[in-house]
Amino acid sequence: MKDKADLVIIGGGVIGLSLAYHLAKMGFTDVVVLEQGFLCFGASGRNGGGVRQQWSTEENIRLMQESVRMFKALSIETGYNLWFRQGGYLFLARDPETATGLESTIKLQNRCGVPTRLVSPTQASKIVHGLNTDGVEICAFNPTDGVLFPFPALWGMAKVASDLGVEINTFTRVTDIAAKGRQIVKVVTDKGSIATNRVVNAAGAWSVQIAKMLGVELPNKPYRHEILILEPTKPFLNPMVSDLSNGLYFSQTMRGEICGGVSNPDEKSSMDTGASFDFLRRMSSAMVAVLPKLASLKVMRTWAGFYDETPDGNPILGRVNQIDGFIQLNGFGGHGFMMAPAIGKMAAQWILRKANHQIFSKYDLARFDRGETERETFVIG
Amino acid sequence: MAKTIVCHCEDVTLEDLKEAFEAGYRDLESLKRYTGFATGLCQGKGCTAHVARMLSSLKGGDDVVSDPPRTRPLLHPTPAARFAGQTRFAGQNSSSKSCDEEES
Repeated sequence: MKDKADLVIIGGGVIGLSLAYHLAKMGFTDVVVLEQGFLCFGASGRNGGGVRQQWSTEENIRLMQESVRMFKALSIETGYNLWFRQGGYLFLARDPETATGLESTIKLQNRCGVPTRLVSPTQASKIVHGLNTDGVEICAFNPTDGVLFPFPALWGMAKVASDLGVEINTFTRVTDIAAKGRQIVKVVTDKGSIATNRVVNAAGAWSVQIAKMLGVELPNKPYRHEILILEPTKPFLNPMVSDLSNGLYFSQTMRGEICGGVSNPDEKSSMDTGASFDFLRRMSSAMVAVLPKLASLKVMRTWAGFYDETPDGNPILGRVNQIDGFIQLNGFGGHGFMMAPAIGKMAAQWILRKANHQIFSKYDLARFDRGETERETFVIG
Repeated sequence: MAKTIVCHCEDVTLEDLKEAFEAGYRDLESLKRYTGFATGLCQGKGCTAHVARMLSSLKGGDDVVSDPPRTRPLLHPTPAARFAGQTRFAGQNSSSKSCDEEES
């Protein structure tokens, strides 16, 4: 392991690797990435692979349009097949309030160039054969949303970054970060120390612990989010289907499995990744209610990852007041994976002072002190 | 040329595993994600031990199972209907009869 670096990225998940990848492509390679487990260990290797542009703020819509463009190119760029499939996202609204909300977000999405449209329950059952539309008021469908296989995205970006000179250390745990006054001096790991003045905190659910090493308090809280997978079957399901009444979502992978999860409003913040029978029951019931023919398919496995949640549902980005060179890229909740391409590229441009993107000051940690928060309402799962 | 199939559910061969090892996937978790072994209907009951032994020998006898992949539900693949409180499909068990003794 190197003993000094211009920049140390803590967290070898999709955010940290996307940043490393883009920094390296811009010629900045004196970078070390530290990952406590294997690549894919955290939420980046445990999510459902959904990539959507149906959001309620222009900022997130534009960010996701850029990410979709980038995901489409990433397989070619890295040589790793992401299995990115644009089968669309179909959202089901069951009450008038949600339906009205969909209408106005669709107008905003259309203005940005996302071809989302309102579809009637009858039209929706033509998009997904066998869909149970009882109680469904209206649906939103965007054919350009999609799903991908998360692992190769990480491996691909890691491979390119490392070929270009970035050092990626897996199974390397950060135990301390030393600072002198406002200045970072070194990052200490269980495999040795790295002298550096700049540290990026891209540790997802572990970000709070990392920030604490420098005396910085983040308001993020980790929440377990469980997912299950059904046995593979013939490809029949084109879009990701999501029920806005309970946060259910599921799609079919390129291997034919049905993969998805559901919100759990009763979940308490914890670092537990265990499995619960309650999830199996709630998920199976919600899924079978929406698409009854899934009832015969067998559940093969469940697993869990973390949502790294902030109080306003938006990430924590950019600088902190207390320490120089301590950059936050965390708090992405359940949508860090899909936003990672655009966020990584923008963060690389911002760090190298090639561009001054507003989001790094708008979504900084100090916004909570300033009281400048706004909530993204389109959050699933 | 003869093939040695290590994971029957996902058709992962010894050669696949060796190639993955050469490509840098050198722990059980990464090998599993890269080759897909242990991700089929038996969820690794038939292959994980074989892969662990192969990996250990490729690493010169290192302990590779001190932190093994987590064992998670389900023990046997089970129709979603059952967890949804439905009794239909309870007797249906097309592809993994040998795995699911309850069904016999």
